[in-house]
Amino acid sequence: MRKGITWRKCFRRGRVQNMNAKGRVFKYGDNVDTDVIIPARYLNTSDPEELAAHCMEDIDVDFIKKVNKGDIIVAEKNFGCGSSREHAPIAIKAAGVSCVIAQTFARIFYRNAINIGLPIIECPEAAMGIEAGDEVEVDFDSGIITNVTKGTTFKGQAFPEFMQRIIASEGLINYINNK
Amino acid sequence: MTQKILAAAAGLERVEAGQLIEANLDLVLGNDITSPVAIKEMEKIQAKGVFDKDKIALVPDHFVPNKDIKSAEHCKCVREFARRNEITNYFEVGEMGIEHALLPEKGLTVAGDVVIGADSHTCTYGALGAFSTGVGSTDMAAGMATGKAWFKVPSAIRFVLTGKPARWVSGKDVILHIIGMIGVDGALYKSMEFTGDGIAHLSMDDRFTIANMAIEAGGKNGIFPVDSLAEEYIKAHSRKPYKIYEADSDAVYDEEYTIDLSTLRPTVAFPHLPENTHTIDEIGQMEAIAVDQVVIGSCTNGRLEDLRTAAEVLRDRHVAPGMRCIVIPATQAIYLQAMEEGLLKTFVQAGCVVSTPTCGPCLGGYMGILAEGERCVSTTNRNFVGRMGHVSSEIYLASPAVAAASAVAGVICGPEHNVKQVL
Repeated sequence: MRKGITWRKCFRRGRVQNMNAKGRVFKYGDNVDTDVIIPARYLNTSDPEELAAHCMEDIDVDFIKKVNKGDIIVAEKNFGCGSSREHAPIAIKAAGVSCVIAQTFARIFYRNAINIGLPIIECPEAAMGIEAGDEVEVDFDSGIITNVTKGTTFKGQAFPEFMQRIIASEGLINYINNK
Repeated sequence: MTQKILAAAAGLERVEAGQLIEANLDLVLGNDITSPVAIKEMEKIQAKGVFDKDKIALVPDHFVPNKDIKSAEHCKCVREFARRNEITNYFEVGEMGIEHALLPEKGLTVAGDVVIGADSHTCTYGALGAFSTGVGSTDMAAGMATGKAWFKVPSAIRFVLTGKPARWVSGKDVILHIIGMIGVDGALYKSMEFTGDGIAHLSMDDRFTIANMAIEAGGKNGIFPVDSLAEEYIKAHSRKPYKIYEADSDAVYDEEYTIDLSTLRPTVAFPHLPENTHTIDEIGQMEAIAVDQVVIGSCTNGRLEDLRTAAEVLRDRHVAPGMRCIVIPATQAIYLQAMEEGLLKTFVQAGCVVSTPTCGPCLGGYMGILAEGERCVSTTNRNFVGRMGHVSSEIYLASPAVAAASAVAGVICGPEHNVKQVL
């Protein structure tokens, strides 16, 4: 398991328990599109590590240099709008990001993120109350988002169990295979 | 209307917004960028094969003819998968076209179908009264293996179109106007249903353009009622059985907008969002916006009518000095017809380049990448930061008429302005 994300007692008695993410925040605004998450000029590959090397490049040149495993992206409205490229959540996940929190997500991105096992949570209050550099902890069981830096908490949407299982399995395909 | 199609595909009498359902798929689509990821995922589930070799369409169109070695490897992966699984509807270079122009033309999508495609503009087939929506590669893999997909039934927004659009006002102007009105997330997770007597004045190519850009308002799908024009189109292109669904007169909508098409003007979306719209009259009041490149093509506006309109503006004229104008017919059939009608000759004589079908420049792949600070008027669908090249380059989305007029003038303008100035 990578640093910053803990899957404690995953699958104990067949249940997913206590899935958490904790990390430092990268903050973005409205309508972060899949073209800036992973520009199409890099879509001639589908290798996660190669894609991660260019993640967020057109909106935040230094993102990949600054991001540490476990870090969290927080954004405002319509995160992941545009193309259906699954390469976008793949790049974010391979860059080490443990969770994306946004006011709202574009629908194809939402599906793709769950399907590849990247945790994402819609929570308008958290999107407003978290700033770049804050340390944030997310409990996927309860949907509770804690801004450790500011000492505030927010209630995001909790994942239903089947979604937690998909995420814990690192994606829909492994989930199907594990069934 | 969307809910009725989904209910039928899920074997249910009726469904409600928010309900999670599993629906049978009539077609699963992928291209050269999204299919290789899906194929890898399919191998992981050790699927025995595809659910139905006739209900999968694989269209390498984004980076073909192969733009580099890595793209060539992707295409090879798709080609070999198609061979191995005896996919009926694999379209090789020479036969292929831009997927969303090609599929209706080949009769693979008809009214009442449920279609998923690993490409966001899969929503195009709503013009034919089908439910079609974009998904990612993993959903495509599961769809190819099982012939099913899960959906959350969307609620709907109703757009009542009335009146007849003026000359030079096309489907592109209608959809840009709507996106400008409701925003790029104005229809998030929802179905956009178009209705009203104004639809009778919209050609099939106009309707494909409108449904195509539903995703640019965040929509799950865009859908039109099936009138006699749509039925004629389906009969002329397909031998597949089709089913016409109609919205109930008491159907519930989240929101309703009425748009009088006769009041619309040619509309342009400024960088870097499709919602940043201005009419051509507003632009006329601004300082002239100089343009380096014009692209006429894509799944949004590379159809025959689009080329006819562009040729009408470009005939006996020449693009401005230093202007690069790239014209891309969306399919081989459109290319051939454009050739027969003399449109390609008009383009070349006007100083345009004409390309084989490809998505190429629309997504910054190749065939027209922008340098630092360059500006492009494009009939494509997205003007995000860096979409067509350098992060400081700019894309202005417009109709073929406005794009062609701007190519001649060297600044953004409508064909009316252009005709006055040049003649």
